[in-house]
Amino acid sequence: MASKPRVKVPKTASAGEVITIKTLISHNMESGQRKDKDGNLIPRQIINKFTAEFNGAPVFSADMHGAISANPYMEFTAKVNESGTFKFTWVDDDGSVYEDTSEIAVS
Amino acid sequence: MNMNRRQAMAMSAGAVVFAATGLATTGALASAEDVDKAMMELAGGKMPEAGKVSLTAPEIAENGNTVPISVEVDSAMADGDMVESITIYADGNPNPDVVTFHFTALSGTAMAATRMRLAKTQNVVAVAKMADGSTFVDKKEVKVTIGGCGG
Repeated sequence: MASKPRVKVPKTASAGEVITIKTLISHNMESGQRKDKDGNLIPRQIINKFTAEFNGAPVFSADMHGAISANPYMEFTAKVNESGTFKFTWVDDDGSVYEDTSEIAVS
Repeated sequence: MNMNRRQAMAMSAGAVVFAATGLATTGALASAEDVDKAMMELAGGKMPEAGKVSLTAPEIAENGNTVPISVEVDSAMADGDMVESITIYADGNPNPDVVTFHFTALSGTAMAATRMRLAKTQNVVAVAKMADGSTFVDKKEVKVTIGGCGG
């Protein structure tokens, strides 16, 4: 259903810097409002939860509803004090979990 | 389907009032009253004040399927001045809920941007909840040329 997420995180930053992170995942985010050609409602299937962690600590998360566009895009910021790994997680209505990670070197 | 989901959400939030609203509006579009009720519930029984939070949305969206929005709260994101969450509502969509962003001290700033669907011309509302429990609201009307919820 969803394809490989795309994540944009700077490779380097200085300690204490606030960086901007952009993420996008391909997913058609079926809203549960559309009907097929026979007039039956197409059941909802969306990514309902997105989380971002840095070295295991929560940074940002979003609870999404059917009103989020297809291929959900998230832009947010993170304050980095040390080098480490960002972990991004998307949770699908069907229980699937998509993950991606990104390293950053902080000097 | 829509009603069940709403009821489940309302129950998880412990809100009986909202469940009643869900029943009344099944199959129809949300209204400004639905959004007001949801805001009151989020703010703990009172209306959020204007200020602090700013919502950026286009004045006119040609395609309601993908409308870029961003929200920001002027906050130090440190002790005593933390933004817990920002919730977005749309008062003319089939379901007023859009998204809730949760922030932590590691967020650095209380800023988030995404893309949303709008069924028709309507108000988009952003409610920021601070760690001390106070709430602030901003509202923007977006004119939509082509609706984004399918037929």
